[in-house]
Amino acid sequence: MLKISANPHTQTSRDTRAIMLDVIIALMPAALAAMLFFGIDALRVMLTSVAGCVMFEYLACRYWLKIKTTTGDLSAVITGLLLSYNLPSTMPCWMILIGAFMAIIVAKICFGGLGKNIFNPALVGRVFLFISFPVQMTIWPKPYFLQWTSPDGQTGATPLNILKNIEISSEHSMYLPDDLPGYWNMFVGNIGGCIGEVSSLALLLGFVWLLWRRVITWHIPVYYLAAVFALTSVLYLATGEIKFLPLAHLLSGGLMLGAIFMATDYTTSPMTIKGQIIFAVGCGLLTVIIRAFSAYPEGVSFAVLIMNALVPLIDKFAVQRYYGEKK
Amino acid sequence: MVKKYTFPMGGIHPDKHKITASCPIIKAELPPFVTIPVKQHIGAPAKILVTKGDKVKAGTLLADADGIVSADVHSSVSGEVTKIEDTPGAGGYTEKMITVKVEGDDWESSIDRTPDIVKEIKLTAEEIIAKIREGGIVGMGGAGYPTPIKTTLPEGKKAEMLIINGIECEPFLTADDRLMIEKAEQIIMGAKVLNRALGIQNAVIAIDENKPDAIERITNLSKLYVGVNVKVCKTKYPQGGERQLINAITGRELPSGKLPIDIGCVVQNVGTVFAVYETVLKNKPLFERVVTVSGPGCAHPGNYLARIGTPISSLIKQSGGQPDDIEKIVLGGPMMGNTVTNTETPVTKLTSGILLLNGAEFAKHEPTACIRCGKCALVCPAGLRPFAIRQAVSFNDPADTLRRLHVGDCIECGCCAYTCPAHIPLLDYCKIAKQEIRKK
Repeated sequence: MLKISANPHTQTSRDTRAIMLDVIIALMPAALAAMLFFGIDALRVMLTSVAGCVMFEYLACRYWLKIKTTTGDLSAVITGLLLSYNLPSTMPCWMILIGAFMAIIVAKICFGGLGKNIFNPALVGRVFLFISFPVQMTIWPKPYFLQWTSPDGQTGATPLNILKNIEISSEHSMYLPDDLPGYWNMFVGNIGGCIGEVSSLALLLGFVWLLWRRVITWHIPVYYLAAVFALTSVLYLATGEIKFLPLAHLLSGGLMLGAIFMATDYTTSPMTIKGQIIFAVGCGLLTVIIRAFSAYPEGVSFAVLIMNALVPLIDKFAVQRYYGEKK
Repeated sequence: MVKKYTFPMGGIHPDKHKITASCPIIKAELPPFVTIPVKQHIGAPAKILVTKGDKVKAGTLLADADGIVSADVHSSVSGEVTKIEDTPGAGGYTEKMITVKVEGDDWESSIDRTPDIVKEIKLTAEEIIAKIREGGIVGMGGAGYPTPIKTTLPEGKKAEMLIINGIECEPFLTADDRLMIEKAEQIIMGAKVLNRALGIQNAVIAIDENKPDAIERITNLSKLYVGVNVKVCKTKYPQGGERQLINAITGRELPSGKLPIDIGCVVQNVGTVFAVYETVLKNKPLFERVVTVSGPGCAHPGNYLARIGTPISSLIKQSGGQPDDIEKIVLGGPMMGNTVTNTETPVTKLTSGILLLNGAEFAKHEPTACIRCGKCALVCPAGLRPFAIRQAVSFNDPADTLRRLHVGDCIECGCCAYTCPAHIPLLDYCKIAKQEIRKK
């Protein structure tokens, strides 16, 4: 029996699941780095978070919405991984599960599921945990290979904490203060912080994979990082304060993770390149403003969530150039 | 390093599947009868000149162009006209068709059947255009726009460049590729004929880089001729689209609603140029063409020189028959071709390929939720936002909203629907949107 169908008669094999799988692969270097620096505890956090997210999505589809379960598209696995990357390795399991619930049920399922959520689910989960359990969320175990000396034993501050509390320096200095871990350590991830955010190197490897597999274009991460670098440079040159050291801002905290994996989330970022550039620059500026002037040392989560809310507006106006239209 | 041309906006790289690229063109067997539609072009159906019982030869005029936007239709075989009636066509609708019972293979005596290549053009531009009209030539790349209109310059317009489209960017199809390899010199002469008709000196033959044999053959030969040059293009779909090809070769974009001639370009498919050569210099009207028969379900894929009106079942039989597990038969390429269920459908002037498709690669997948990846906008060669068009259509937005989304600029290439990871039939929404605009 011959079928009738409209063209095209062939479709790419790169379906939603294949793309999600590529994102998971891109997240693997950071997972290895997390286990290298924080040991088996990092694995515990990641597995709890992924299992929690997948479980909540499965249960919601099966018993609440009574629809075909959507866990097969692997998006819940990514949410789980990203949520865990934003947690310290000492996070108790039950708290992680609360975060997973907030991410999947509140931020994703309640908004209509995959493709319909306004806010990045993993970030909603993280911010909820951050506000609810500020103590547990800011204990930073020292990585195993930590080289720099610290007076107290098992925990230390993140580079951003150190920067935030640094005395105002009277002179311009391109050298890092002594208590900062050094650019190389920051680059490879040998610093305090959430398990998946510490290693810029591992995250950049993931970025290369995403680009090579054409999952994302370079625009959001590059514009995001460039905006942060530009604004911190301006502030640094204008004030001379060491807390604005541009390179330290690029390499520490959740910036790499946010720029490469959070801000590029398809659903919660604009759909045209033009919109993505506006979005990324907005994220960058907000990140620096929050890091510099708020009570928190870190601003990536809030910056991305605020820009998430603006995406429908950006999508409405950031129209790409039509063929034949004047350049 | 030779510069390779391409268009900058959008485009995709589907699997090429050019399995018949090394199959020489073979003459298809004559079927017992041919069914020739009187409308194989854009415009008015041709006026039928013959009646039932008439004896015709290959090349005899069966139907006369009705007005400017129409084309002559010739018999492709010798024999007797047995039926003139409404017959289901490729699209499922009935069309007026003339059935000729094949008796022998007698050609009109005016046709030059010698293999010699005519290298001298004695005709004037007007005479050339008249011959193109008498030959019933239409754009054989798929559009079916009558060629005489494209070669007649509108008042006040001047042609600067003739672009000959040897891109053939659809997967599977190799008809143009083989034609360029085997009839290179004829195509170059055809280009020179069109140069004369358009009053220009320079024709560019655009070939994409996945046809190395055709590039070599035409490049070597074109050195012997003045006014014909080859430009090699990067392989990318839909480079064979008129607007994309002009953009690739000249670097200029055609503003919305403008015709190529408005910026001094004329684009002709290589098949059309070959037909121009044959009709102008060999007196042979357009009654046969090269058809690629291919696809995963085809036992012996190949390129056939088939008479217009040959039932596609006849060509399928010659390439190994139709297995039971065939899910779709597509006329044309997999990106823009149409499915047919009636294998008695005839080959027309526009049939570039017959594809027997089966398996997951060519199946329609169940659509899932849009993940807002924006890839449809990234690959659209017209710079549209298919996701926004889909949304507007789903919400029954008024035609004005659709117009603001430039729906009319959609070239229906299918890049959006091909690329969508959620398998959303985005092109269907674009087509619906176009209809909505037309209604108002």
